[in-house]
Amino acid sequence: MRKKIRIGCGAGFSGDRLEPARVLVEQGDLDYLVLECLAERTIALAQKRKQKDAGLGYDPLLERRIDILLEPLLRKKVTLITNMGAANPIAAAQRIVAVAKSRDLPVSIVAVTGDDVFTLLTGNELATETGRPIKEAGTLLSANAYLGVEGILDALRLRPNIIITGRVADPSLFLAPMIHAFNWSRDDFNLLGQGTVVGHLLECAGQITGGYFADPPLKAVPDMEHLGHPFADVSEDGTALISKVAGTGGVVNLHTAKEQLLYEVVNPHAYFTPDVVANFTTVRLEQVGPDVVKVSGGSGTTRPPTFKTSVGYQALFLGEGEITYAGPNALARARHAGDIVQKRLTPFFSDLRVDLIGHNSVHGESFIAQQQPYEVRLRIAGKALTAEQAALVGEEVEALYTNGPAGGGGVRKYVNEVVGIVSVLLDRSKVVHQTNQYRHETL
Amino acid sequence: MKLYDIAHSRAGDKGNTLTLSLIPYRPEDYAMLVEKVTAARVSQHLASIVRGEVVRYELPLVASLLFVCHDALSTGVTTSWVMDAHGKTLSYALLEMEL
Repeated sequence: MRKKIRIGCGAGFSGDRLEPARVLVEQGDLDYLVLECLAERTIALAQKRKQKDAGLGYDPLLERRIDILLEPLLRKKVTLITNMGAANPIAAAQRIVAVAKSRDLPVSIVAVTGDDVFTLLTGNELATETGRPIKEAGTLLSANAYLGVEGILDALRLRPNIIITGRVADPSLFLAPMIHAFNWSRDDFNLLGQGTVVGHLLECAGQITGGYFADPPLKAVPDMEHLGHPFADVSEDGTALISKVAGTGGVVNLHTAKEQLLYEVVNPHAYFTPDVVANFTTVRLEQVGPDVVKVSGGSGTTRPPTFKTSVGYQALFLGEGEITYAGPNALARARHAGDIVQKRLTPFFSDLRVDLIGHNSVHGESFIAQQQPYEVRLRIAGKALTAEQAALVGEEVEALYTNGPAGGGGVRKYVNEVVGIVSVLLDRSKVVHQTNQYRHETL
Repeated sequence: MKLYDIAHSRAGDKGNTLTLSLIPYRPEDYAMLVEKVTAARVSQHLASIVRGEVVRYELPLVASLLFVCHDALSTGVTTSWVMDAHGKTLSYALLEMEL
């Protein structure tokens, strides 16, 4: 049995940078690399791509990431664990096989499935957000349960080079290799809680190495253009040292670790994952070296009886238009333009969102500077049932060029289809994972 | 003095709930933050943004506070029509508070 493992996190969201993962594999002396690429809504959007083409529905950057990482992963004997399978882990595994064939590299892959529970739902299940049946939200598109460590543990026993999943709780991607390496009991909730804390600290990649943290001079982060992504040296008692590859940009200190520890936590006494209800209030952080933070003390109480399941539904179309005014009286001209568009759209929209970017667009009217902004960008947004109706917003903003106040410029208009998400809780017994093996062997 | 001068914050989102950490640069300022930056004070400060309850959690072992703000993100991230649907920028609205 192992005494210590090193797990790196080379992506914290689907659009994350490609290079830090390569640096981690080449120079990080890793045992495992995790790429966490699935936000709440990503999988519903991926499901729509799969409905159009059964060979799609995995992460759009899969090929690019694998192309960069496959050879060094094999050469350095690093196991990749990723949820880039999104709505279609099988197609993702087949795609990786195709990349390996084209590069003539031998690879073994396990795709973990079972998170897609769409066919199990009747539509009468109650949304946790509203208490109403989910079918009332709109046309249902997808339903994916947040799986825990089980499927990945089965996959790890097969010793593949790559494990690719759909929806799995983010910390479980990290907790699974810990349980596998140290043979932790699935009922030792303190160990599972501590391992979950470590996973939570790593799962947003650069967010613990100085990314989304920098605000110099108070919060200076060196060499951010080469920001390194993190790894953790996890010991068999769950204690971990969080750090990054020497020579990369960024910083790991108590402040970056604290910001990430509390990120998106709605109850630090009871952080729910499929594996454990973890307690973050018992965590201790200690700076033990330059760019090295020790994490210990995380705990846990029990395993939840249900799987949280995200249900995607066809919500609406969002129409937006933007135009900029600058110089003397810019704010008043932007406001005037907003009034004009609102009046022109009254027959088609009961309500419109009007923002003055640079003035009140993100924090409302409570924090407005005394001084008027030199330039201000008007943004108007409207929700519509059809794309055609949504397009009216941008059309009226664009028409301000010759039918609105003086000096407007830089119009942009957008129509976006919006997928909404509601959640339901499914009994654990209803959700069954499967492992599916794929390989390419060289001659 | 603003909170910004002595503490930092990161915003997070879960559905229509906003989370805001509050972390003093010097751990010795934690007790003062516990005393002065109450849930009621934050609720009042963010009244134009947060419509629901604000719950404060104390984490003395890491000398940090966590504010969980309900009904804070329009209709929730996925169907929101506001500029910053995740409320990512709201950490700096908290740090704007005068002490």
